[in-house]
Amino acid sequence: MNSPATPKARSELAASPGWLSPARWRRRRNALPASGRIGLALVLFWALLALLGPWVIPHPPGAVVSTTVFAPMSLRFPLGTDYLGRDMLSRILIGARYTVGLALAAAVAASATGTVLGLLAAISGRWVDELLSRLLDALICIPSMIFALIMVAVFGSSLPILLLTAALGYVAGAFRIARSLAVNLSVSDYVEAARVRGEGRLHIACVEILPNMVHPMLADFGLRFMFIVLMLSGLSFLGLGVQPPAADLGSLIRENLSGLGDGAAAVLLPAIAVATLTIGVNLLIDGLADHGRPEGGGGKA
Amino acid sequence: MSLHSGRRAQAARNGAGAAAESSADNHPQVLVKNLRVVAGSPGTPSVLVNDVSFAIARGEVLALIGESGSGKTTVALSLMGHTRAGCRISGGSIEVCGTDVLSLRPREILEHRRRRVAYIAQSAAAAFNPARRIMDQVIETTMIRRLMTGSAAREKAVTLFRSLALPDPQHIGARYPHQLSGGQLQRLLAAMALMSDPELVILDEPTTALDVTTQIEVLRAFKRVIGERRATALYVAHDLAVVAQIADRVVVLNSGQVRESGPTMQVLGAPRDAYTRTLLSAVARRVAQSVAQEPVVATSGASSRPPGEDNRRQLLLAVEGLTAGYGKANDQGLPSSLALLDISLAVRRGAALGVIGESGSGKSTLARVLAGIMAPARGTIRLQGELLEPRMERRSREQLRRIQIVFQHADAALNPAHTVAHILGRPLKLYFGLRGAARDERIAHLLDVVHLDRSIAARRPPELSGGQKQRVNLARALAAQPDLILCDEVTSALDAVVGAAILDLLAELRRELGLSYVLITHDVGAVRAICDEVAVLYAGQTVETGPLQRLDAANCHPYTRLLVSSVPELRSDWLEGVASASPGPAMPATASSKDLCRFLPRCPVRIEGRCDQQPPPLNRTQQGAQILCHQPANRR
Amino acid sequence: MRVTLQLILKRMAAAALTLLLVSIIIFTITSLLPGDAAQAALGQNATAAAVAALRARLGLDQPVLWRYLHWLGGLLTGHPGYSYSNGLPVSAIISKRLPQSLLLAAATTVVSVPFALTLGILAAMYRGSWLDRALSTTTLAMVAVPEFLVATAGVLIFAVKLQWLSALTFVLDHPTPLEFLRSYALPVLSLCFVVTAQMARMTRAAVIDQLSQPYAEMAALKGVGSARVVLTHALPNAVGPIANAIALSLSYLLGGTIIVETIFDYPGLARLMVDAVSYRDMPLLQACAMIFLAAYLGLVLIADICAIVSNPKLRRP
Repeated sequence: MNSPATPKARSELAASPGWLSPARWRRRRNALPASGRIGLALVLFWALLALLGPWVIPHPPGAVVSTTVFAPMSLRFPLGTDYLGRDMLSRILIGARYTVGLALAAAVAASATGTVLGLLAAISGRWVDELLSRLLDALICIPSMIFALIMVAVFGSSLPILLLTAALGYVAGAFRIARSLAVNLSVSDYVEAARVRGEGRLHIACVEILPNMVHPMLADFGLRFMFIVLMLSGLSFLGLGVQPPAADLGSLIRENLSGLGDGAAAVLLPAIAVATLTIGVNLLIDGLADHGRPEGGGGKA
Repeated sequence: MSLHSGRRAQAARNGAGAAAESSADNHPQVLVKNLRVVAGSPGTPSVLVNDVSFAIARGEVLALIGESGSGKTTVALSLMGHTRAGCRISGGSIEVCGTDVLSLRPREILEHRRRRVAYIAQSAAAAFNPARRIMDQVIETTMIRRLMTGSAAREKAVTLFRSLALPDPQHIGARYPHQLSGGQLQRLLAAMALMSDPELVILDEPTTALDVTTQIEVLRAFKRVIGERRATALYVAHDLAVVAQIADRVVVLNSGQVRESGPTMQVLGAPRDAYTRTLLSAVARRVAQSVAQEPVVATSGASSRPPGEDNRRQLLLAVEGLTAGYGKANDQGLPSSLALLDISLAVRRGAALGVIGESGSGKSTLARVLAGIMAPARGTIRLQGELLEPRMERRSREQLRRIQIVFQHADAALNPAHTVAHILGRPLKLYFGLRGAARDERIAHLLDVVHLDRSIAARRPPELSGGQKQRVNLARALAAQPDLILCDEVTSALDAVVGAAILDLLAELRRELGLSYVLITHDVGAVRAICDEVAVLYAGQTVETGPLQRLDAANCHPYTRLLVSSVPELRSDWLEGVASASPGPAMPATASSKDLCRFLPRCPVRIEGRCDQQPPPLNRTQQGAQILCHQPANRR
Repeated sequence: MRVTLQLILKRMAAAALTLLLVSIIIFTITSLLPGDAAQAALGQNATAAAVAALRARLGLDQPVLWRYLHWLGGLLTGHPGYSYSNGLPVSAIISKRLPQSLLLAAATTVVSVPFALTLGILAAMYRGSWLDRALSTTTLAMVAVPEFLVATAGVLIFAVKLQWLSALTFVLDHPTPLEFLRSYALPVLSLCFVVTAQMARMTRAAVIDQLSQPYAEMAALKGVGSARVVLTHALPNAVGPIANAIALSLSYLLGGTIIVETIFDYPGLARLMVDAVSYRDMPLLQACAMIFLAAYLGLVLIADICAIVSNPKLRRP
């Protein structure tokens, strides 16, 4: 009847520091796959740069500091200069801050709203569910880029509008996932048991259902962040996103596009920056998902 | 059939010596030596199968017995050169018909499976490809080997269908899996396995997913076809009584190791190993204890009292005319598909009522309706005379407290995000406002009551075993100090030994706490173990209610008899002796036919012109039993 | 058969309903335009009379609901109004651009779908092998690469450095096959890059999901080789999910074309839409958006019907 614990496993448990729960300890041991670790490193790298950006830039990002445009990499300008002779390293550091910050805020808004609405739809009556589902299902049918174009055409492209656009464009997807998770959980036996016990709806939603949604919603949040980064940089690349003098990574590519013929670093580096960020997030999420899966196939003897 | 029993006798003689595995004159068809299968990383492997050896002689049926996790399926699959993802064979040898299976190359393994070994899986419904017709799947390997023309293969398949007693053998192959029943699919799977005239057939729990009355038909078909073809077979099972019907010899596995092996009758009749004895005692309880238990003797406490006021005062739960179902309601307010039809039940304080029925009988719906999860279309539920609201949202907290439900899947009923302490503490806070030390003390006490270690309070459900989880579930119900506990198939997801322990616990709690139970189950044995009253459900109707002894009464309902007699017994000649009703669908529950007897199409004693014209009358016996049948008591 | 037909009709009705809802959403957002379209078109210095005249001509003085119905009726009859920026009928502008976009989409589909399906099925057949792992990691990274990186890198390598292909896509009246290839190779390959990766991943996942079902193990246990298990057992069951994957990936083309058409200065519908955004040309923008949305819903509907028809449980209950 007792769960079998080999002496070895037990000694490992005893050796684990107190702040690590046994489950977390085990998770540590079969670590991320190599690709996941690469992803983690990339994500941490960009998070750090975005965080520290303003304190480590060598030059003011908006200042023309060189007479050479598209200057090659040098000691003074580690990543060269752009089409006006501004320092590329400084511009990328600040651009990354815009890209990461904006996307992060939008992704948080989309995931949080989606989770709350999904939970609401799952536990409220049929009408609330029907209304929310119909509305958001229609929203999900509008590809996010098309939606963004319409929003920008109508409201312009200030930072708050970009944030709202990205959040609205991706909230429907988050809602759909949250709702299906919550609906599945709300017919589970333990939720049924709570209802038969006479628990209120709020208790059921927050104590019984929500804790079991956190993990999958976090993975979904990562993917959502990645797609928002791609969309916002695409929008800026079209000249419809972050407006000058401010610039995110997408804008940097656009303004330096004239250097493409010479293969200037100023146009390739921001593009590579976006790619490494999104690839990093994707690898990390995939690695985490792999790792959450139970080991081995058939559970039956 | 005589031929078959002769073979059995010979096999028994061979098996008398311990080293019968390699008798010189009869080289075994299958020889497994020191098999070892491990899973996990090479550094820290976990051993699934350790040092398993056995042999199967030509024409012999060997049973591999064990509970879940014993490694029996792993052993069976390794005979086919197959291991599941993450597992590998790390030692020993396997020889099938003189071929060393472990040294085969991938191409040869395919050939090995097409020619020599065939496999019959547990769930036929899952083993057939849902997108392809049955016939294409049955003859697939024959066509790959190009042994015969398509039409010849189809003809052979039809012959097999016929000998497996499948309905409409000519055309059944043209159908898709979802159009057939579980019992039919299981037999079709057997036909698929026998198409290649294999030298060894592996049957992996082939009847476990079936109802007992269907199991009989399938078992009978298997036994006949194995006997006709003198096939060598490995029968993997957890059910000793089933094994007794079909196997010549038995190997008992536990935690990947062989505990005992020998001729079937010797192992089941005089087990040497302690583990085998535990298994046997778990099985024994579900069969009628002895013939000495005379039917219908009014000794049970409830029925010995004179009917009247006393009884009514003791009545805890009274259900009247309950009708419920799924789908849209028609103009009479009845749902389009009815799961329960006019059910009336009564549970006295301190009594245990067993509600027994097969899949589709509506027993789960009954549990849901009683708990208030689902509202009935008609009928009333009273708790000590107090009318309960149909839906739980409108019942008072006190009413909810007094009826607790324990779900079938212990796993799904416990929130994996919470600790056991939280799970048990919640009803204590909700119903009694207990907090802090008082609550902790009560939690510890509850764990004591269900015989769990107090340290479990800090753990979360995923860290517990199946039996432990079901005990936590029970403790949660007890935390409410209920009058009545609804037990919905509480043991069916558990191994026999663990399930038996849970039943013992239920009986003990009832004695000590004066609880009442409604035990909803498909398992006649569970009802016998702890109930003193019984209600038999068939296709939504209660065909019979009364004291427990009704199960063995001479004048019981024909369905009750079919159900009880379908439970396999440890006697090896049980299968030959038991009568069968023609398998078939229940009466459709349409508005026009809803009054007729639902058992009619399968009933062996139906009266033409009466049963199919008039609704059956409710007969009452002196002991308070009620039987829904046209036949007079002496002819049922 | 009747049940299947009913189901398909039901799906079509649902798609039509969704399209209607979506048109409401789009119309609502575009009529939230701060200020006034007529004012915006004429500039701040226009006289009140001129603005009022334009408002009347554009129908902006009518109530919103009437304007919506009028617009919807126009869409359905093929007359979605006049462009704000140049006064031409929207239908005329679009009909010049639509064939170009369809050509690009068709070329991309023809290249990417067979390639992606082959990759996905191969990866599933040899799952766990080096081939599978290499494909899996590569496609995982490819999904996350922005189109503008692919396109700019492609231009840099093939047009600037190697000078094999042209950096801009010229639409020729009667191109020779070689000219066509030179002109279209880069935009088509850029679009294929991301779409193929996504489709291959989803195909692999759909097939592997089927291979983990008990019937696939059963087929292996009766001696069916792994290639045959994938092709004759798993694939028929994976038709629905794969069709869905193709539809979703192709609909992703919609977003991708916007970037790619801009980079290669390709005269397609997506470029038109970006221009409409710049000029705040609402009728043109609305019409372009509705075409894209109808295409998206059409793709999803086709995938749905594939799934229904391939499922024997729905075909013969």
